[in-house]
Amino acid sequence: MSNPPKNIYWRTNLRYLGILLSIWFFVSYGCGILFADYLNQFRIGGFKLGFWFAQQGAIYVFVVLIFVYVYMMNKLDAKYAADHKKAGEE
Amino acid sequence: MSVQKWSFIIVGITFALYIYVAIRSRAKTTSEFYVAGKGVHPIINGMATAADWMSAASFLSMAGLIAFLGYQGAQYLLGWTGGYVLLALLLAPYLRKFGKFTVPDFIGDRYYSQTARVVAVICALFVSFTYVVGQMKGVGVAFSRFLEIPFVWGIVIGVGIVFFYAVLGGMKGITYTQVAQYCVLIFAYLVPAIFISVLMVGNPIPQIGLGGMLDDGTYLLTKLDQLCVDLGFNEYTTSHKGKLDLFFITAALMLGTAGLPHVIVRFFTVPKVADARKSAGWALLFIAILYTTAPAIAVFSRVNLIETVNDKPYEELPDWFSNWESTGLLKYEDLNGDGKVQYYNDQNAAFVETAKAKGWNGNELVVDPDIMVLANPEIAGLPNWVIALVVAGALAAALSTAAGLLLVISTSISHDLLKKWLMPNISEKNELRAARISIAVAVIVAGYFGINPPGFVAEVVAWAFGLAAATFFPAILMGIFGKRMNMEGAIAGMSVGLIFTGIYIVYFKYWGGTPDQYFFGISPEGIGTLGMLLNFAVALVVSRFTPPPPENVVKMIEFIRRPGET
Repeated sequence: MSNPPKNIYWRTNLRYLGILLSIWFFVSYGCGILFADYLNQFRIGGFKLGFWFAQQGAIYVFVVLIFVYVYMMNKLDAKYAADHKKAGEE
Repeated sequence: MSVQKWSFIIVGITFALYIYVAIRSRAKTTSEFYVAGKGVHPIINGMATAADWMSAASFLSMAGLIAFLGYQGAQYLLGWTGGYVLLALLLAPYLRKFGKFTVPDFIGDRYYSQTARVVAVICALFVSFTYVVGQMKGVGVAFSRFLEIPFVWGIVIGVGIVFFYAVLGGMKGITYTQVAQYCVLIFAYLVPAIFISVLMVGNPIPQIGLGGMLDDGTYLLTKLDQLCVDLGFNEYTTSHKGKLDLFFITAALMLGTAGLPHVIVRFFTVPKVADARKSAGWALLFIAILYTTAPAIAVFSRVNLIETVNDKPYEELPDWFSNWESTGLLKYEDLNGDGKVQYYNDQNAAFVETAKAKGWNGNELVVDPDIMVLANPEIAGLPNWVIALVVAGALAAALSTAAGLLLVISTSISHDLLKKWLMPNISEKNELRAARISIAVAVIVAGYFGINPPGFVAEVVAWAFGLAAATFFPAILMGIFGKRMNMEGAIAGMSVGLIFTGIYIVYFKYWGGTPDQYFFGISPEGIGTLGMLLNFAVALVVSRFTPPPPENVVKMIEFIRRPGET
C-alpha cells in the first residue's frame, strides 16, 4: 500500500492495544486470579491484596485503561489528520 | 408510613418520570428508531449503556451471590466489567465506523454472505430472548413482594410501561428513559450501602468501608473470615477451588459481554468514532460504581445476617425474618429442637465433631441469595423509604435491560430479516411500522414467558454469555483485525463455536451430565471460552484453504480501520 501515514497509524494503534491489553490481562487474570493466593500475604488496610484486586482493584484499572486509550487515540487521530493535511499540501 | 405505601409512592413517581421522558422523545425515522439518529452524547450514551447492561440480576442477585461465594464472586465482578475494555479497544470504534444499524449487518456485509447474516440473527434473537424473560420475572418478583400485587399483574404493569415507551420511541425513547433509570437504580443501590457502611465501619464510602475497621478494632473482612471459619464455611477472602474454572468462567463472561448485541448496538448511537471509545469508558465508569459497591454490600449483609440470626432464639428475631419466610426464600427448621437458629456448614466433614459438641443437628437456615439486596436494608434496620427505593431501583434495572433487549429483537426482525433478506423493497415507513409491530409482539411474548417461564430460562447466564463468546466475539474481532478472514472461515468458526458450546451446555444442564465429566473441570458457564478458542482455530485453518475475501470487502476493512469519518 502506498499510504505510509495510514500504516503507521494502524501499527501504532496495534502497539497501544498490545500494551493496554497486557495490563488488562495482568491485573484481572494475573493479580485477581492466578497470583491472588501469593498476593494475599500482603495487605492494604483491611484488604488482602489478592482479594482486593479480584473484587475492587482490577475494576478501577479497567476504567483507567479505557480513558488512557481514549486519550492516546485522540492524540494519534489528531497527528494523523495533521500528517495527512501536510501530505496533501506537498 | 409502611414499606408498601412508600413503595407505591416512589415506584409511581419513577414510572411517571419514564413515561414523561418517553413522550418527549418519540422516534420518527428508522434511524431514530434503531440507533437514536446517531445523535446521543457519549456521556449520555454511557449512562444508557450502564442501565441497559445492569439487569435485574446485577441489581438484585449479584451481591447475594458474592455474599455466599466469597472470593470466588470475583468471576462476576471481573467478568461483567472487563468485557468493556475489550469493547472499547477492539470492537466499538470499528463497528461505529462501519456505520450500520446492527451486529448481523456487520457480519452479513463483512462476510458477504446472507447465510452468515441469518445465523447471526438467530443467535441474536435467542440470546436476547432468554435474557429478556429473566427481566420480566424480576419485575414480577419486585411487584409481588413489596407492592403486594399478584405476580401476574406485576408483569402486566411492567410490560405495559415498556410497551409504551419502546413502541413509541424506539432507541431514542429507550435511551433517554434508560438515563433516568440509571439515575434511579444507582441512587437506590448506593443509599442503603452508604447507610450501612456508616453504621458498621463509620465510613460513608462503601468501597473503602469494605476494608474498614469495626468498633472492636478488628477489620471487617478479618471478622467475616473468622465468622465463616467458626461456622464451618471456607474463609471468605481466599480461594478454595481450582483456578482454571474461575479463569474460564471469568473469560466467558468478559468475552460474552463484549459480544452481546444489545450492548454493542448502543455504540452505534453516538455521533463519531472517537465518541464510541469515550462512551465505553463512561459506561464502564457508571457500571463500576455499582460493581465496586456490590462486594461491600455482600460483606455487610453476610456479617449482619450471621450476627442477627445465628444461635438466636427464633421467637426474638426481627419482623423481616418472618416476612421473608412467608415468601419461601428464607427457610428455617428447628432440627435440634432448641428453639434457636443454627446456621452453619453441615456439608463440611471436618466440622461435624465441632457441631456435635455444640449440640447442633444440621444447618437450620436456608437463604436464597436473591433476597440479600432486598432484605439488606431491613436486616440493617434502615427506614422504610430506603427499602421502597430499592424496589424502585430493581424495577428500573429490570425495565431498562428489558427495553434494550426488546429493541434488538425488533430490529433483528424488521431490519435484518425483512429489509435485508425477505422484503428488500420495503419502504422506510413500512419498515418503521414493522419495527413497531415486532417490538409490540416481542413485549407481549416476553411478558407471557415471564409469567410461564420455560425451563431453559433459569440458565440464562450460561446460554447468553457462552453463545455470545463463542460466536459473535470471534467473528467480529477477526472481521476487523484479520484482513484475510473470509466467508468460509467465519461461517465454519461460528458453526463450530455454536454447536460445541450449545451441546456442552445442553448436556450438562438438561441431559444429566455430572460435574466429574467436565472437560478439564470447566463448568458450562465457562465453556464459551473454549468455544471461542475453537472458533478462532477452525476459522483460521479454513480461511487458509479457501479464496480470500473480494476487493470491496478488503476496502471496507481498510475504511473501518481509518481514523475520522471518511
